[in-house]
Amino acid sequence: MSDASTNPSDVPHKSESLLVPSKLMRRRNAAETRYKAYGIAAIVISLATLGIMLFTIFSDGISAFSQATLRFPVTMDAATLDPKGNRDIAEMTKVTTIGYKKVLEKSLIDELNTRQVAVDGVSEKDIGAFISGDAPARLRDMVLADPSLIGQTIDFSAFATGRIDGYFKGRVTMETAKLDSNISPEQLQLADKMTEAGILDVRFNPKFFTNPDASDTRPESSGLGVAIIGTLYMMALVVVLSLPLGVAAAIYLDEFAPQNRFTDLIEVNISNLAAVPSIVFGILGLAIFINFGGLPQSSSLVGALVLTLMALPTIIIATRASLRAVPPSIRTAALGVGASKVQMVFHHVLPLAMPGILTGTILSLATSLGETGPLLLIGMEAFVVNYPSGPLSGGVMEPATALPVQVYAWAARSDPAFVERASGAIIVLLAFLLVMNIVAIILRRRFERRW
Amino acid sequence: MSVFMLLVVIAVLALVGFVIGRQRALASAAGNIKEMHSLPVYYGWHGALMVIVPSLLALTLWLLIQPLVIERQLVSYFPPEVLESSAARTLAMADVRRVAEGLDIAIAQGAMTEVQADMVRTEFGSVRDRLAEVGVALGAEVTPQVLAAAQDYRELAVIGGIGRSILTFLVALGGLIYAIRITNKDFRARNRVEQVIMALLSLSSTVAILTTVGIVLSLVGESLRFFTMYPWQDFFFSLTWSPNFQGGSDLGLAPLLWGTIYISFVSIIVAAPIGLFSAIYLAEYASPRVRSVVKPAIEVIAGIPTVVFGLFALVTLGPILRDWIAEPTGWGNSGSSVMTAGLVIGILNIPFVSSLADDVINAVPQAMRDGSYGIGATKSETIRLVILPAALPGIVGGMLLALSRAIGETMIVTMGAGAAAKLDLNPFEAMTTITVKIVSQLTGDTEFDSPETLVAFALGMTLFVLTLGLNVIALYIVRKYREQYE
Repeated sequence: MSDASTNPSDVPHKSESLLVPSKLMRRRNAAETRYKAYGIAAIVISLATLGIMLFTIFSDGISAFSQATLRFPVTMDAATLDPKGNRDIAEMTKVTTIGYKKVLEKSLIDELNTRQVAVDGVSEKDIGAFISGDAPARLRDMVLADPSLIGQTIDFSAFATGRIDGYFKGRVTMETAKLDSNISPEQLQLADKMTEAGILDVRFNPKFFTNPDASDTRPESSGLGVAIIGTLYMMALVVVLSLPLGVAAAIYLDEFAPQNRFTDLIEVNISNLAAVPSIVFGILGLAIFINFGGLPQSSSLVGALVLTLMALPTIIIATRASLRAVPPSIRTAALGVGASKVQMVFHHVLPLAMPGILTGTILSLATSLGETGPLLLIGMEAFVVNYPSGPLSGGVMEPATALPVQVYAWAARSDPAFVERASGAIIVLLAFLLVMNIVAIILRRRFERRW
Repeated sequence: MSVFMLLVVIAVLALVGFVIGRQRALASAAGNIKEMHSLPVYYGWHGALMVIVPSLLALTLWLLIQPLVIERQLVSYFPPEVLESSAARTLAMADVRRVAEGLDIAIAQGAMTEVQADMVRTEFGSVRDRLAEVGVALGAEVTPQVLAAAQDYRELAVIGGIGRSILTFLVALGGLIYAIRITNKDFRARNRVEQVIMALLSLSSTVAILTTVGIVLSLVGESLRFFTMYPWQDFFFSLTWSPNFQGGSDLGLAPLLWGTIYISFVSIIVAAPIGLFSAIYLAEYASPRVRSVVKPAIEVIAGIPTVVFGLFALVTLGPILRDWIAEPTGWGNSGSSVMTAGLVIGILNIPFVSSLADDVINAVPQAMRDGSYGIGATKSETIRLVILPAALPGIVGGMLLALSRAIGETMIVTMGAGAAAKLDLNPFEAMTTITVKIVSQLTGDTEFDSPETLVAFALGMTLFVLTLGLNVIALYIVRKYREQYE
């Protein structure tokens, strides 16, 4: 017999086994997992967005480095290019690019006829529309440089126009061509046949790095030449201006400056300047350097001055951090063997702090390399076709653009071919940044000392 | 002689100063270094500095003063009404300078001789056409006054150039002679050199102040000019923004301010939780190995130029939001919208929020965590009940800094937010911000005498005050918090 039911001690216990999680415990553990999941989700979201962004830029932009190119023999018709037949340069310059365009078109049509490449419904004018607008100008320059070419037949390679180029890169399809007044499906079929015949192919395009910008109607011949030169000029000037100034200011503030109101004022200024929106520096450049100082608009000099002012606070802060990392024993030892304070700083502290200073400088240089807003205000988004001259003949005073500004300018244009160009320019820009960051990391790894 | 050549001459003289200074000091001590006050190299540096510093000073002063003097000389050519306003005067001077440059270019290209350039008169034919031949485009026909002024300008500039060269050279030479005469073995060269170095160091530390002064002066000066042309009540309180370069424009701040605040708000909604939770995970949960990989990876976002984010907003995210959300729901049909710009700025700000939050979370003393674990709290409870409250002021400060960055962000909103100034609540509507309008009012061919252009400076002033205020508040909060534990 059992009296278990009557025994009060047998009433189910309120507390449960430690081995079986209670309701509360389960809730607490769930909260734990949730927090961890939130954290992982946040990291995954941010890294995934970064990945998607870089992926879209690369997949849009990688094709900017190749270009559909026509290759065909060109017969330099003397009757068109040198009507008087005396090879006088002065008279030949009177033949404009229109004359050369005719020569190119005729040669291309002849080549297609001899190779029996044809598609119904493609007129001679449509075939002429394959050739980029910059090819006649290039041919003209070639002929004016070497008049003996007239009458000869030379192998010439010309860019195909943006739409044909887009067809090979998937931007233009038969369906879009039907709606497009600039290109017809028949022309695309002809393009396919020309590829089979070996007249047209897509190849690596070094001119993307060297050509200047081109007008809206010929995306195929636009390049980064002026932007790269402008960026290099600006970066060189920024280093020359900001490194000595920033290091000198940091040395003064950290090693020599007396503790007084004036030094406090400088310190407050530096930390505030680091947080001023970049566009305000553009306003400063416009008002002070261009309107007041009379420096030329769009010039790399003004751009460099603005970027220098922006980079200075970062360089000063980085320099001060690495100066402080040099242990006081070095200073006291130098002073102990009879060095003056200036000698102590320049002979001992500064060399030891140099790797840190250089790393900080390169990183702030990388930031200013990608800066766009202030450069727009000082007129660097202008359409610049002429290369600035060499640095010694005043090239920094001449109009130029910069890589990030070129990205913006291309992105603002309506032809979708320029989106490819803009993405390509970003790839070049990111390559620059990558190199600078790798240099900074190597410097840090190689020379960083722990005391 | 060009400025560059002058600099070369100065450099050569400085080298001479270095060599002679060093030699003289050594000679006076008969080659015995112990007899000398300073090391030989300091005598050399003294010689070089005595050449460089005064001559560069003289050159800079001359370059600054010459244009002012020339302008004063040319005043007689201008009619009195031009001289009354400073804007008209600047324009007239710019005309003169452009014509003078054109004549210079014409001479350089051989289209004119020096004598012809001085003799050319408007009565004999169009100067504009002649300059156009050499590639100098002038906006309007050259008036006789401007031409005469330009010819005078060239003469004065030539005289000025000669004077500049002579003065700089003489000052450099004087410094050299002074250094040579004063140098002997007892001369305290090191002290002198160190004094000069100290002066240069303290001078360069004032650049920060000069920059701030420059910013404030340019913003305040031009803003005041704007408010003399346009009533300030309308700027601050009008609800419409419709600039019109023909005049009669409405330049109300409100729509721009609203767009700015709305976009920044969206960006904070994105950046705050993502940044905060990734910081919590990295600081409290992640193993050191994961942390050493993920933290730099997130910081890569901060190193990417904003124009890249702008392009992403323009060609990828904007169309996706439009085609997948805005159009099906009927909220809007524009690729550029508050949502596009806000989301992208939010992504840009994630690493910023995350690293600031990481810093403050790590600054919470370990003892507080240990205490919490000791009484049986789980990690998440410790985070929620101990760490976040302790780190809250720092986190709030970080959010305010992120907000201030979002307000000042330019490229993403220029490319992703649109240009229509609207007061609207729909986040899929294109709106515009203060920075977008600064860019659009100041780019292109602008003349600085219309309220439509000058309003950009008033907008810049607003932006500057807004971001500065947020930063000061944020830093105050952060600093106040730090005092509690240290």
